[in-house]
Amino acid sequence: MDEWMIRTFDLTKKFGSLTAVNRLNLSIHQGEIFGLLGPNGAGKTTTIRMLTTLAKISDGRAFVSGINVEDRPLEVKKIIGVVPQGLNLEIELTAEENLDFHGRLHKMPKKQRRDRASEILGFVGLDDKSKVQVDHFSGGMKRRLLIARALMHRPRILFMDEPTVGLDPQIRRKIWGLIQDLKDQGITILITTHYIEEAEALCHRVGILRKGELIALDSPNGLKRDLGEYAVECQNRNGCDVRFFKERREAVAYAGSLNQDLMIRQTNLEDVFLNLTGEKIHHE
Amino acid sequence: MNSPGFYTIFWREMLSIRKKFWKFLAGSLVMPSLYLVTFGWGLGRGINVHGLDYLVFVLPGIIALSAMNNSFSGVAVTLNISKLYYRTIEEILVSPVSHWSIALGRVLSGCFKGLFSALLLILISLMLHIQIRYNAAFFGILFLTCFIFASLGVLAAMLAKSHEDMTNFTNFVILPMSFLSGTFFPPERLPEPFATLIMVYPLTHAAVSLRSLVAGNGVPFISLLVILFYGVVLFILGGKAIKRLEL
Repeated sequence: MDEWMIRTFDLTKKFGSLTAVNRLNLSIHQGEIFGLLGPNGAGKTTTIRMLTTLAKISDGRAFVSGINVEDRPLEVKKIIGVVPQGLNLEIELTAEENLDFHGRLHKMPKKQRRDRASEILGFVGLDDKSKVQVDHFSGGMKRRLLIARALMHRPRILFMDEPTVGLDPQIRRKIWGLIQDLKDQGITILITTHYIEEAEALCHRVGILRKGELIALDSPNGLKRDLGEYAVECQNRNGCDVRFFKERREAVAYAGSLNQDLMIRQTNLEDVFLNLTGEKIHHE
Repeated sequence: MNSPGFYTIFWREMLSIRKKFWKFLAGSLVMPSLYLVTFGWGLGRGINVHGLDYLVFVLPGIIALSAMNNSFSGVAVTLNISKLYYRTIEEILVSPVSHWSIALGRVLSGCFKGLFSALLLILISLMLHIQIRYNAAFFGILFLTCFIFASLGVLAAMLAKSHEDMTNFTNFVILPMSFLSGTFFPPERLPEPFATLIMVYPLTHAAVSLRSLVAGNGVPFISLLVILFYGVVLFILGGKAIKRLEL
């Protein structure tokens, strides 16, 4: 079996004169949780939509588990699960009926559908809500049901597009817990997010996208190491100045030379993004 | 044995009908009943067309009209909302079901809705002792009529970029067809070139065919060809539109 579960070669998407994704090259290992990080409009969702056959590829190629996405889309769809950004559940159906419909679409036999639905609702903590109409679910419950639905047919690869957007921190951490539980099951996961802490908490590697281009790719620690693991942040008349150092003693020595309010802290991915792009990732 | 993809799509629509059955029943009944009362009794009482009582003349047209409206709107509206508002169609598009299966499942659900409405109307007319002969060919043409307009519903929903587009399509395509396709009067009563132009409409041929069948005659060959042509072409166009869909 191919070691690479997702590979793209100069993957490009154009909408008229607008290039939403420009010559993206990715290679994602089996069992890896890979994050695509970037602000709104960076091309994260467009990338996922091309890989999941929802959007046509303008140029380049994409392979999922060695299968060309454009040539054999039905085979790709058999092995992927998708957790979309929008809450596109069948709201007039119950949780159980949503999963049953999904299982039928994947040609799962009746008993397998029933058993798997029960198992997966337990996994996401919705087993007592199986007969409740989805219209009555909270946002967090809907997000968990979306994850359950995507896992129903035991996909080898899971695509999660902003899985915690709009959720409060408590629910967000619950979802992170579910994703971390999936790590142990050997599923390859591609997550898009604009939440720095989410990428840091969950991902083995992170690709930073800006205006459709991949500007950095490494583990979160690798990205921070390249910049310098320690940051000295000080306020001055021009705003906030941040400088980065590879060694703590260097940061301390620099801080000691200044005569102003300052803070020594660890570098985060937001610093990496700001340093690479000159912009902050804006949170909603 | 696992169900084929189109059956799952069809099953989903039937589940929706089951959950809202009484609303569905009422909705299927209202418009055709109004047409029957208004045009059959209200306006048509005492009028003869081609030697027939107007109610007997107009009923096959209203049946065709009801089949058209319910099979078209039963697909177009739900698919348009699924595409633009709830985005539930994405879940189907990322599953291993071909675009042909998606199209067929939706079209068959539209056929069910159209046939259900038509059968209700037939039942009402029988209860009111409106004497009309029905046979297998009648229901065959009725099914093909539903197939045509359900396929058109798929195509329209895939092409519409907004709910306003759907409304405009209904106003500019479905509504004129409803009134001008020989539903309420013989097509030859229109002056030229309109009498010839309306022969382009599939509903004209459906109404003419149904009327011919209840009169004890066969389906006019040209009408059968036109109905089959529209059925095949619109289904293929609808399927291709699903394949090309990008949200």
